[in-house]
Amino acid sequence: MKKIDIAVVDYGMGNLRSVSKAIEHVASDKTVLITSNPEEIHAAERVVFPGQGAMPECMQELDGRGLHEAVVSAAKTKPFLGICIGLQMLFDHSEEGDANGLGLLEGNVKKFALENVTDAAGEKLKVPHMGWNQVYQYDKPHPLWQGIASGERFYFVHSYYVSLEDEASAMGYGEYPNKFTCAVAQDNIFAVQFHPEKSAQAGLQLLRNFVNWKP
Amino acid sequence: MLAKRIIPCMDVTAGRVVKGVNFMELRDAGDPVEIAKRYDDQGADELTFLDITATSDGRDLILHIIEDVASQVFIPLTVGGGVREVDDVRRLLNAGADKVSINTTAIYNPQVVADAAARFGSQCIVVAIDAKKVEGQPFEWEVFTHGGRKPTGLDAVEWAKKMVNLGSGELLVTSMDRDGTKIGFNNSLNRAISDAVAVPLIASGGVGNLQHLVDGVKIGGADAVLAASIFHYGEYTVEQAKTYMQAHNIEVRL
Repeated sequence: MKKIDIAVVDYGMGNLRSVSKAIEHVASDKTVLITSNPEEIHAAERVVFPGQGAMPECMQELDGRGLHEAVVSAAKTKPFLGICIGLQMLFDHSEEGDANGLGLLEGNVKKFALENVTDAAGEKLKVPHMGWNQVYQYDKPHPLWQGIASGERFYFVHSYYVSLEDEASAMGYGEYPNKFTCAVAQDNIFAVQFHPEKSAQAGLQLLRNFVNWKP
Repeated sequence: MLAKRIIPCMDVTAGRVVKGVNFMELRDAGDPVEIAKRYDDQGADELTFLDITATSDGRDLILHIIEDVASQVFIPLTVGGGVREVDDVRRLLNAGADKVSINTTAIYNPQVVADAAARFGSQCIVVAIDAKKVEGQPFEWEVFTHGGRKPTGLDAVEWAKKMVNLGSGELLVTSMDRDGTKIGFNNSLNRAISDAVAVPLIASGGVGNLQHLVDGVKIGGADAVLAASIFHYGEYTVEQAKTYMQAHNIEVRL
């Protein structure tokens, strides 16, 4: 099998082109492969686990395509980047469709409960939380934050957020209007709720950091 | 705090960006990829492409344009125009669109909205509503199709609620009697819809100056403001628009 630098896991949900295009843009010398082949995921040096849509369907597709084991194995052994639902699926359980996740990180995925909640201007807060919001880093450096200031804006689209059992793995948070975790790290896993592939220069920087990351 | 978005919109036909006045006379405004890159550099939060190609043989051109833009511009891209079935949504997403906007098809075949949202997620389904103020109806704003020529008998506010229930993750509301007029958004229409639904609303139609963008957010309750001609012809840059909005206490990404 030819060398695969970065595998983008394709389980049939959502748009993977933007993820692979953004990675190719920051790593033109690397082989980036969108794949639904477990062997290619096993063979890849690093793995990106994106996701769009609803978590129950995402889990079903992952299982149905025989990718569950390959993704869990990658998350335990090599540089691994989860994006959006790809973050949520790493956790134990989601309120969305009462679905179990991969159980790699301890915690649950909850829905924003914002009925009758307003922002500073008195406007009601919409769900999904959609658009550019600030991402604040904790006072613990991580190679994936290199060159990215705390408070930098990233693009979000989600109605659910992760609630951690142990805050030690929290690497960043947003506010809508309450604090919610939007970046986590554990060993060789880094996972974010926002979309780095759609977050202009800051997002490209995070992807560049991932490509160069040696956990 | 979540920023209000500024979305430059490009009407595309035959591979070029054009700008119409009241959905009629078209003027050439340039190459889509070049314009998209310029807006990205200026700090646009998102880009919208509307394929206004009238004939079906020119349809695939938009896919190539989206592919080109998506490999050079890394902000969300919304594409609309001529979306008739779920497979059209899939093709646009595969080409690099992040969201697909559905307009006329939502009216004649609302199931497409439900099916596309179930298949790809609500986050990528935008329903576009073209509305006009009407007299002699039990409601104030009616949904129109065919560039504002064909009334549907639908109440725009009720229609918006129905579309959100079917799975639309965002609404693009265009005031047909304002489009191209430069007299500002129809803020009472936008406010009525924004207050009636839980999803974000993009205001469109009628922007002539930067105060109109501020009013769209503050009076109309828009989560995002869309404009075409003020940006195409270089009257204002996106950055100028954001600076102005920030000076009026609107949270923006600068």
